[in-house]
Amino acid sequence: MYDNPLMKRDAVTKEVKISARGCQVFYGDTHAIKDVDVDIEDKTVTAFIGPSGCGKSTFLRCLNRMNDTIDICRVEGTITLDGEDIYDPKVDPVQLRAKVGMVFQKPNPFPKSIYDNVAYGPKIHGMARTRAELDEIVERALRRGALWDEVKDRLDAPGTGLSGGQQQRLCIARAVATEPEVLLMDEPCSALDPIATAQVEELIDELREQYSVVIVTHSMQQAARVSQKTAFFHLGNLVEFGETGQIFTNPHDPRTESYITGRIG
Amino acid sequence: MTDVSASQAPSAAGPRRRTSLLELDDRTRRRNAAEARFRLMGLLAVTFGVLAVIGLVASILLNGLSSFRQTYITVDVYLDPVRLDKAGTRDREAIAKVTTFGYAPLLEKALVDAMAANGIALEGLSAKQAAELISKEAPAQLRRYVMADVSRIGETVTFDVLAAGRIDGYYKGRVTMESAALDRNVSPEQLMLADQLKQAGLLGTKFNPSFFSAPDASDTRPEAAGLGVAILGSAYMMLVVLALALPLGVAASIYLEEFAPQNRFTDLIEVNISNLAAVPSIVFGILGLAVFINFAGLPQSAPIVGGLVLTLMTLPTIIIATRASLKSVPPSIRDAALGVGASKMQSVFHHVLPLAMPGILTGTIIGLAQALGETAPLLLIGMVAFVREYPSAPPEGFFEPAAALPVQVYNWTQRGDPAFVERASGAIIVLLVFLVIMNAIAIILRRRFERRW
Amino acid sequence: MSVGILIAIVLGLAIAGFFLGRRRAIAKAGGDSRRLHSLPGYYGQSVALFASVPALILMAAWLFVQPILIDDKVAELIPDSAIADGGSRGLVLSDVRRIADGIDLLVVQDLLNEADLQNMRADFTNVRSRLGEVGVALGANVSPSVFEAAKAYRDAQRTGATLMSVFVLALAAAMFAFSLLRIKPDLRARNISESFVLSLLIGSSLVAILTTVGIVGSLVFETIHFFQMYPASEFFFSTTWNPQFRGGSELGILPLLWGTLYVSFVALVASVPIGLMIAIYLSEYASKTLRSLAKPAIEVLAGIPTIVYGLFALITVGPFIRDWIAEPTGLGSSSSSVLTAGLVMGIMLIPFVSSLSDDIINAVPQSMRDGAYGLGATRSETIRQVILPAALPGVVGAILLAASRAIGETMIVVLGAGAAARLGLNPFEAMTTVTVKIVSQLTGDTEFASPETLVAFALGLTLFVFTLGLNVLALYIVRKYREQYE
Repeated sequence: MYDNPLMKRDAVTKEVKISARGCQVFYGDTHAIKDVDVDIEDKTVTAFIGPSGCGKSTFLRCLNRMNDTIDICRVEGTITLDGEDIYDPKVDPVQLRAKVGMVFQKPNPFPKSIYDNVAYGPKIHGMARTRAELDEIVERALRRGALWDEVKDRLDAPGTGLSGGQQQRLCIARAVATEPEVLLMDEPCSALDPIATAQVEELIDELREQYSVVIVTHSMQQAARVSQKTAFFHLGNLVEFGETGQIFTNPHDPRTESYITGRIG
Repeated sequence: MTDVSASQAPSAAGPRRRTSLLELDDRTRRRNAAEARFRLMGLLAVTFGVLAVIGLVASILLNGLSSFRQTYITVDVYLDPVRLDKAGTRDREAIAKVTTFGYAPLLEKALVDAMAANGIALEGLSAKQAAELISKEAPAQLRRYVMADVSRIGETVTFDVLAAGRIDGYYKGRVTMESAALDRNVSPEQLMLADQLKQAGLLGTKFNPSFFSAPDASDTRPEAAGLGVAILGSAYMMLVVLALALPLGVAASIYLEEFAPQNRFTDLIEVNISNLAAVPSIVFGILGLAVFINFAGLPQSAPIVGGLVLTLMTLPTIIIATRASLKSVPPSIRDAALGVGASKMQSVFHHVLPLAMPGILTGTIIGLAQALGETAPLLLIGMVAFVREYPSAPPEGFFEPAAALPVQVYNWTQRGDPAFVERASGAIIVLLVFLVIMNAIAIILRRRFERRW
Repeated sequence: MSVGILIAIVLGLAIAGFFLGRRRAIAKAGGDSRRLHSLPGYYGQSVALFASVPALILMAAWLFVQPILIDDKVAELIPDSAIADGGSRGLVLSDVRRIADGIDLLVVQDLLNEADLQNMRADFTNVRSRLGEVGVALGANVSPSVFEAAKAYRDAQRTGATLMSVFVLALAAAMFAFSLLRIKPDLRARNISESFVLSLLIGSSLVAILTTVGIVGSLVFETIHFFQMYPASEFFFSTTWNPQFRGGSELGILPLLWGTLYVSFVALVASVPIGLMIAIYLSEYASKTLRSLAKPAIEVLAGIPTIVYGLFALITVGPFIRDWIAEPTGLGSSSSSVLTAGLVMGIMLIPFVSSLSDDIINAVPQSMRDGAYGLGATRSETIRQVILPAALPGVVGAILLAASRAIGETMIVVLGAGAAARLGLNPFEAMTTVTVKIVSQLTGDTEFASPETLVAFALGLTLFVFTLGLNVLALYIVRKYREQYE
């Protein structure tokens, strides 16, 4: 399917969805993210790569303020979504997270039925007025998560009973059900086997048509396969950010090159 | 995957809502209000919990602290040889024949004399009624004093004797002039007399050490009731529990944790222990009654039976704590000992057990504290009996009747005179002080010796 | 020879054995302890263990078995004519025991010597008044056959005690000699004493099983006894509880069970929401300082003995509910009531529920929370709609454990719920529970072998079955729940 993924990129610049300027993150006394500037475009898959502990996941969690749930975490600098500062005191993180959905490293379906898992987001955000509307939203989300055909006959079965790959696609369906504008994915395939990984990657490529997708991955091959833009993080710094093709074939920074060629990481 | 592509037509995606993050929509506002309500409920629950602790402790303290102080009447008693030693031989045997009834008139006379000396008139009360201000326990106190040293007979000795329970209640707010008018045991005139005595300095309230040392007293003498026998009985039981539960518990835990093979028999023991931990304490009382008293023929209300019952009851607690503590010793210690050629038994007794000791002791103290406060099983093995004799020193004392602190509390709540409620609360304070001390020791042990591997 | 002296002798023998054994081992090795198989101390230890433990076990077994054998033997001496109408052999036997104890007291206090005792006949001497001298009060005059049985009982006891001393000392000495004489340098003393210690360890862990056997055995045995005197169907289905001292009691468990369940229900209604909210607030919302203050403060409640709660119910909560709620509304006039006992028990259960729920809530993996927050759920929505449903089995287990506690609780209901067996709905009325009746039936002065006393064992068995069932179920649910997240 991806015979030569690097050649398929279109170079047209798109509208900027999220923009970070001078972003700093502290965990207690640890300076986890140092002065990161980045622009994330709409309808694009942006990959964050880098060695473990480089801060890529931390930065991702800043984008929908998931770090708020950690007491000792402190964020400085500005991050804007459509030009609005998401760390503005007037912003309710609950509303923000409805717009910026997230999929996690380990599939984490709620211990409820498949239907209830997907319907949970639309329910709390009041997106459906009737049961029929909710049914429609759930079906649409499951179709978009490429899971509908597999589960349409057992929507009442518990979500935890699905296989790992199905669980992760269920989590993706759950995230897209709230109609987010940005989808953050934190190593979504690290707990999956190669076949499930391929299915999820295929799905990510399709999601790009409607959403801005940010994916953190420890696999360079995966970044190369699914993303159009790539950011390389190292020791809390954003070392290099650019077209995926350029990063992988012609990195400007020697650290990026060392990582790509396997000397660090 | 064709249906996926089909559903991704822009129309199916629905209109994307373009809302600003900076404005809260109504729904979010409602949800935040629900959030605040939920949070408030949680805060209320915590507040209720803390208030319950404060209320419980305050109620006990308010009711019980006054039992540590008691009203005394100071009188100079002439130990009249005519009454106490008619023969004049100072022979103890002969003097012992004089019962407390022989001492009561001495007190009555002493009080009347003291009133006369201070210019207090009887005002319509008979001398006998005036003497009712003094506790019925006072003659016995006097008799004990004389029996301890018969050569005192013929002298005049100053005594602080207990005032009657109702008089004491008057100064603690339990008895009022109105209630006294309806009371057969005290009259308003007697209360007024007490006030006069107080003004003359003959009557006063002071710290009451006999509350901690005296034995229980009968229904009509709440002022004399003390915790001596109960504290001693509880102490004996704790000794029995410590002597039996600690070695048995540690031995059982060592076997289960270090030696037991994984088989059905071991499983049976483990299930047994976890279920025993949840058996209601009163069932252990039934066990004690049926097995130790009826079957084995041990005496009723003896500390040994109480101790045995409480041992069986605390054993699961101690075993669970000890096993946790053994488990926390890292396997590397065992490997190290085995590696230099020690036997398994040596590695456990020389290395693992000493390292686990602080945890074991903490668990044991907590188990003991639990046993100290336990009441229900002791009721069934006869500890409710009215015991005035101190048990003798161990080991015989273990087999003699005694009371126990928590049972004494129960006993006092079953008596008619409201003065016993104060006594019961006072006894609870004593019990709680012991518990606080034991728990403090446990916490200090844990803090001091806790190891992080 | 008294038991205490016997124990002291055996222990003395053990200590002597330790030093002698050690010395002998070293001597046998020619003074060079390296030639021994084990450390010298192990030789001493093996002698000490062999000399003391079997003898002590024999003594314990003897003390346990002797009364049973003697009772059997003496019971045969009692002719059927000596058993009064409505009485039983057991009753006469307990008289025999008291008379024998009384004679002992007389002898100890020098009021009677052995020779006189042999000649003493119940037909000629007023045994009852003689025993009264030492404070042994008897209900009736002593018949000759009973008195002879008492003398036989006493003789048998004395013979038994002498035999026991002889056997115990002989066994201790024999084992002492055996283990001392077998010492030679290549004796595997360490292995011997270690296997000995291991068997002691196994023995200790059997105490738990023995306890259960004792509980079940005594409850079942006496309950069967009870059902021989009183029909089981009446006990389980009668709605009246009305014990009489002179027989003709109605002993239906239903009013007691109803009271127990009603009080427990009130206690759970009070404690579960509060305990759960405390656990939620302290683990999800509270600041570090609040948590470090409030958590231990609430846990204090768990360490307070139940008698304290009972007193609290009796002197504070009961009068408060009566004066401020029950009497003004005309619903009741008693300070002991279902509500009093239930509320106070609820307070007692709060820390129990909250610490169990705390564990259970913390066992829900963080990823579940992340999932909900990531979708834009608020904290309370996450807790109510994701964490609690996920933790539900665990919470149900915790509630069952709390229920089992409430059902078995004694002192609070003894002091707070009242003593009137009643089937009613009004929570301001006094009702009574199974545990209260166990206490009142077993602390009264009724004869042990009467149905009024034995019913307590049937009640105890019911209680035991109930609480055990709840516990097994709760532990099963909680274990399943934990496995799900491990």
